[in-house]
Amino acid sequence: MRNYLWIALIAAALAGCSTTPTTEAPVDDRSATAGAGAGSTGAQTGGAAGSGVTGSAVGTGAGANPLRDPNNILSKRSVYFDFDSFVVKDEYRPLVEAHARYLQQNRNARMTIQGNTDERGSREYNIALGQKRADAVKRMMTLLGAQDGQIETVSFGKEKPKNAGHDEASWAENRRDDIVYAGE
Amino acid sequence: MILLLRRWFAFGLLALSSLGVPLAHAQLSIEIVGGAGAQIPIAIVPFGNEGTWPLGISGVVGADLERSGMFRLVSTDGVVPRPVRAEEVQGPLWRARNADAVVVGSMTPMPDGKVDVRFALVDVVKQTSLVAMSFTVTQQQFRVTAHKIADIIYEKLTGDRGVFSTRIAYITRQGTRYQLLVADADGNDPQTVVSSNEPLLSPRWSPDGTRLAYVSLENRKPVVYVQSLETGARRAVANFRGSNSSPAWAPDGRRLAVTLTKDGGSQVYLMNADGGNPTRVLTSSGIDTEAMFTPDGQSLVFTSDRGGTPQIYRANLLSGQVERLTFDGSYNVSPRPLPDGKGMVFVRRDGGRFQVATLDYATRQMQVLTAGPGDESPSVAPNGKMVIYASEGGGRGILAAVSIDGRVKQRLVAPAVDVREPAWGPFPRS
Repeated sequence: MRNYLWIALIAAALAGCSTTPTTEAPVDDRSATAGAGAGSTGAQTGGAAGSGVTGSAVGTGAGANPLRDPNNILSKRSVYFDFDSFVVKDEYRPLVEAHARYLQQNRNARMTIQGNTDERGSREYNIALGQKRADAVKRMMTLLGAQDGQIETVSFGKEKPKNAGHDEASWAENRRDDIVYAGE
Repeated sequence: MILLLRRWFAFGLLALSSLGVPLAHAQLSIEIVGGAGAQIPIAIVPFGNEGTWPLGISGVVGADLERSGMFRLVSTDGVVPRPVRAEEVQGPLWRARNADAVVVGSMTPMPDGKVDVRFALVDVVKQTSLVAMSFTVTQQQFRVTAHKIADIIYEKLTGDRGVFSTRIAYITRQGTRYQLLVADADGNDPQTVVSSNEPLLSPRWSPDGTRLAYVSLENRKPVVYVQSLETGARRAVANFRGSNSSPAWAPDGRRLAVTLTKDGGSQVYLMNADGGNPTRVLTSSGIDTEAMFTPDGQSLVFTSDRGGTPQIYRANLLSGQVERLTFDGSYNVSPRPLPDGKGMVFVRRDGGRFQVATLDYATRQMQVLTAGPGDESPSVAPNGKMVIYASEGGGRGILAAVSIDGRVKQRLVAPAVDVREPAWGPFPRS
């Protein structure tokens, strides 16, 4: 039997719709990340590192920060993966080696590797998949001389897609690790 | 019998507190897209004196029962005078309309401004009154009273406890604005629990319905928070190096299972609900995540790729014994134990389609409940009879619900926002 019934119901999916105690929780923030309280930042950290760098370099002469020099491989921050894979492909080996070398030569440098997945499948399982991708790059860097304490690996799963499309080309862009140095 | 539901209403206070405040709202609509085979024909007669108030009771009762898919509403048009008490229900008249049951009631203002609400449920086949009750309530409690009456009727006629008085939590995304909301089970009276410009996911109700655990990416990594719905205060209970995700409450409400990566890889830990004493309880060389407690609290079901593909396993917390539960297909994830302890709901991939299915532990029988293609994040109603899950429609995320036998299907759509990550709350405390 198939019957169609429409019942109009109220939903307030808008901000600031009431003043009950549940609205806007006070942020009890244990981390030191600046400006990261609930609702206080719109910063897109995930995919912005690569694209934001090119146009924003200020000092470009000799002695400029190699991490921000568009001609330096250290300005390249993304490693892409095949479907259902955690293998760092050969084409990203120079990038990973360069960052590992930078960490080895700059023992105070700290980086976060942010793992991402495409949109298919469980949100929580994708958090774990993204973590596995971030861990894969970290493992390679530590084998190349970076110290464990210099690299934190985290995952955004499928929550912060760089490309919002729903086709293979979009998915390929989203199966990705991004490297972000502390302070960036 | 007079039933004063003070404690119960205290639970509902959160939902009621904003009723006087005009809400700017988007319309969330529930569409029943498939009905059950057998429905109980029931007539809900408008309550005596109900027209005195803009929002009555009987309409909400009828909408609740009909939306469950278990009932068919019989017209009450042309019945004059309308019965308001059980003894005024004329069986033959209603039998001629093919009704098996009739609900009648009345609403009477009291000197103190409250309202005396009475109802009776009459079995017109057996010509007996099945239940009669009265409530003394304020006008602001009409809706909550209607849900309570619907619960009583549902239980009398189906044998299962109703879930009309429960609440759901879910997450909306509008642009880069994420909100965790709590609403009545029928979608009414949504309240914002937390807002963020970064993704929120995995809301999970504490067993007593007073707190929500969830994952927020506001600190540029997944962190697990627990937030009180009464005070709004919250706490980062898992904010370790790496990713912190997939919270699940133990049935006693004192412990959480979480997935942490602080010791390398995504692994399952148990910790106190306030964040203390994280202890690793499972060990694998691959991914272990999405742990959920079985209703007896003695086992965890979880997703692991230890066998090469993501499959669901069950681990006994006392013996440490781990048993694989899913074998059919190469992607079975997101286990949600059923409240009877006999099976679970989960998500499977069939070809490229993600579907919600059930698995009976004893018989290994699997039943696919939904067609996909993008169904995820199922959550089981506390009576085990309905499953709410995230789906897609019109290019947006929507919520949908399906009965545990797959026959009743509903869609919950809100325009202009993505809706996702539904979590069905527990029975209200009595």
